[in-house]
Amino acid sequence: MSVLTVSGLAKSFGGVQALRDVNFTLAAGEILAMIGPNGAGKSTCFNCINGQLRPDLGSVTFAGHELIGLPPRRIWRLGVGRTFQITATFGSMTVAENVQMALISHHRRTRAPWTLATRLHREEALALLDAVGMRDQAERRCSVLAYGDLKRVELAVALAHGPRMLLMDEPTAGMAPKERIALMALTAGIVHDRGISVLFTEHDMDVVFANADRIIVLNRGELIAEGTPAAVRDNPMVQEIYLGAGSMFGAAAAGAHA
Amino acid sequence: MGFYVVQFLTGLASAASLFLVASGLTIIFGVTRVVNFAHGSFYMLGAFIAYSLVKTLPLGPTGFWVGVVLAALAVGVIGVVMEVTILRRIYQAPELFQLVATFGVVMVAKDAALLFWGPEDRLGPRAPGLNKAIELFGSRVPEYDLVVIALGFVVLGLLWLLFNRTRWGAVVRAATQDREMLSALGINQKLLFTAVFFLGSVLAGLGGALQLPRASVSHQMDLSIIATVFVVVVLGGMGSIPGAFLAAVIISELSAFGILIFPKITLVLMFLVMVVVLVARPFGILGKPVPDVGEPVQSDETLTRLPSALGWAGYVAVVALLLAIPMLLSEFYLVLWTQVFIFALFAASLHFIMGGGGMVSFGHAAYFGLGGYGCAMLLVRAGLPMEATLLLAPVVAAAGAALFGYFCVRLSGVYMAMLSLAFAQIVWSVVFQWSDVTGGEDGVNRVWPSPWAKDRVVFYYLTLTLAAVGIFTLWRLLFAPFGYTLRAGRDSPMRAESIGIDIRFHRWLAFIISGAAAGVAGSLLALAKGFVGPTWVDIPRSIDALMMVLIGGVQTLVGPILGALTFVILEDRLSAFDYWRSAFGLIIILICVLMPKGIVGSGRALIGRLGLGGGGER
Repeated sequence: MSVLTVSGLAKSFGGVQALRDVNFTLAAGEILAMIGPNGAGKSTCFNCINGQLRPDLGSVTFAGHELIGLPPRRIWRLGVGRTFQITATFGSMTVAENVQMALISHHRRTRAPWTLATRLHREEALALLDAVGMRDQAERRCSVLAYGDLKRVELAVALAHGPRMLLMDEPTAGMAPKERIALMALTAGIVHDRGISVLFTEHDMDVVFANADRIIVLNRGELIAEGTPAAVRDNPMVQEIYLGAGSMFGAAAAGAHA
Repeated sequence: MGFYVVQFLTGLASAASLFLVASGLTIIFGVTRVVNFAHGSFYMLGAFIAYSLVKTLPLGPTGFWVGVVLAALAVGVIGVVMEVTILRRIYQAPELFQLVATFGVVMVAKDAALLFWGPEDRLGPRAPGLNKAIELFGSRVPEYDLVVIALGFVVLGLLWLLFNRTRWGAVVRAATQDREMLSALGINQKLLFTAVFFLGSVLAGLGGALQLPRASVSHQMDLSIIATVFVVVVLGGMGSIPGAFLAAVIISELSAFGILIFPKITLVLMFLVMVVVLVARPFGILGKPVPDVGEPVQSDETLTRLPSALGWAGYVAVVALLLAIPMLLSEFYLVLWTQVFIFALFAASLHFIMGGGGMVSFGHAAYFGLGGYGCAMLLVRAGLPMEATLLLAPVVAAAGAALFGYFCVRLSGVYMAMLSLAFAQIVWSVVFQWSDVTGGEDGVNRVWPSPWAKDRVVFYYLTLTLAAVGIFTLWRLLFAPFGYTLRAGRDSPMRAESIGIDIRFHRWLAFIISGAAAGVAGSLLALAKGFVGPTWVDIPRSIDALMMVLIGGVQTLVGPILGALTFVILEDRLSAFDYWRSAFGLIIILICVLMPKGIVGSGRALIGRLGLGGGGER
């Protein structure tokens, strides 16, 4: 059963057709990677799904709800968590408070005028931080964290409301290669345990081939290939687009089998 | 027919001189991001200097034009002096500090004008050879007005050439779009900023000097023009010269013809137009959006913790002390301390949205004034008892905040600040022009407390209680989920939205709460003074609140209280002197330059540097 169904998605900016007739689905518990060269339309597609952009045409349904036209906050309430390419956390709050903030919102207590926020949902927050390996840094402020740690905090925040789907825009961008593999392995473990579906974009092919159940390939706004990692890797069209990056595929294959 | 043509040309002449001043401000803002309050003072100084030069230069008829040009250049030099000595030191500080520092310059300039030119208004000479009127469709237009219109177009053309046909202009346009990129290209930013200030100030001075034959030179020119100029700049789009021109024409024609159709609400009209435009086009007619989404504020000096148990004990001790001393105080100090409490609450109400939500209000006096006028109206006009008015006046203020805040929270940064200023000016205009109800310039008198609260000591206790409860409530709110939600929206709007938070709604609520608290302060001051007047709602009052918050330190809880204390005491001590305004202005400037984190923040930084603080990372 598919959790997310994208059909006929199209978006143009001025004369540039950023997306044309994009169709795909995401199954329950599946990890789906969206890849493609720069300018292929990945970010546009992502932003249309999470409500930051309104597509010209098409529909995005999540668990039976049409997402087009909903603001990001409503989409989140339906059970979609998200992480950003450049981490976005609350710098003046501690790691734990960042997660607590998401929990406060989830429990619809943002207008509570009197309780102290730091005491709300603390155990739940610590449990989430435990899951991403950040519990020992719970009391540090986000503004002083290392980048890789911020990514983990974001993951904990994204998991806070028990989402059915995670949208991760280049989850490992800006990280060292070793950290990347570790973060995605952690993510994959958590989502498999909890039965969460994931749609992510990524430039690092090692990360993609090691974790994705399935891959879709965008080029110039069009979906040009779809399938298992092995099938996509062998697809001549994909190879042509990535020509010059061919060595990366070799390395990816080696990495995936290692 | 002729009458309308003349009315149109009169409007156009006003538009031309307004454009000169506004173009200067918009250029300065575009490049340096400084909201220069002193721009109105430069305009005034331009007029005064030109007055003296034209009178004394022994050049005959050409003396007028030489005087005008020299005055404009002199004002340019004054602008450079301000930029080099004050602003250059605080470009790194938050935008608001620059604004408050330039307001310090406003105060100094006001006294300087008083010192050099005396308190009377001065009537300038006519422009030589242009003192007649021309007949048009049976009506008469002053020749000089036509010259001013022509000059407006000439300056617009020259600025267009400067910005589109010279290398320097290209650099300035680049700086307006991307300052960081520019410094990466090896442009001397310091020099550029100084040059821009020179150009902008020359335009302000020119605008003032050219007013000589049209109106008398007065000491009220500075603040009366600055509000209009802000409207023009915001309406046109901050940083856009053609926008400023367009907006100047719209505003001037609006008042030229508005006075025929709505003579009662001429003052309100301009601000209403601004509100309508900003709601439809948040960045002005020709302005470009300033990208601020997804740019999280990563400040490390933020409100992080409620006071510790020891801290609370300290506050309780202070309140206990304040409860104990009235017996020992003279009447004079009782009144002074009562005012400190009132202004502490006022400052805390502004701090609530600024520190907690990152929202800046340049017009917080609106809610203070609504509280004060609400109290006066209900008490004096409706005859309600004091107890009821103290409950209802904040509701009036909150209702105003709900209405204005609804629009304000749709914008951010400087645009939000300017819109809030416009709303405050609307309240001011209504209060000023609706004299049947509000008493106009005279205000409302005999706003006395109930008999039981008339005693100074009792009233002292009443204000202390209400202020303490009010401030404590605001603090608790900041650390409740509600306050955290506000902070989330301030730290990273994108993240807040993506965890289901409706930022606008929470900001709106905060705005209302803040307005209500300011309203309590306003109604208390009305009762303390037995009087309300239009100055309660004017620009200086709004700036007072900003100063108190910034003097104390935005990112500390106790800041606004100490800021209010410093402010009230300073004002009291200094008002004995003739030139207290400039002394006050200088102190404000010094605080901005020396303590960009406010008294509390800078005190903490000093303690940290001396190694006295025991704290770690937080």
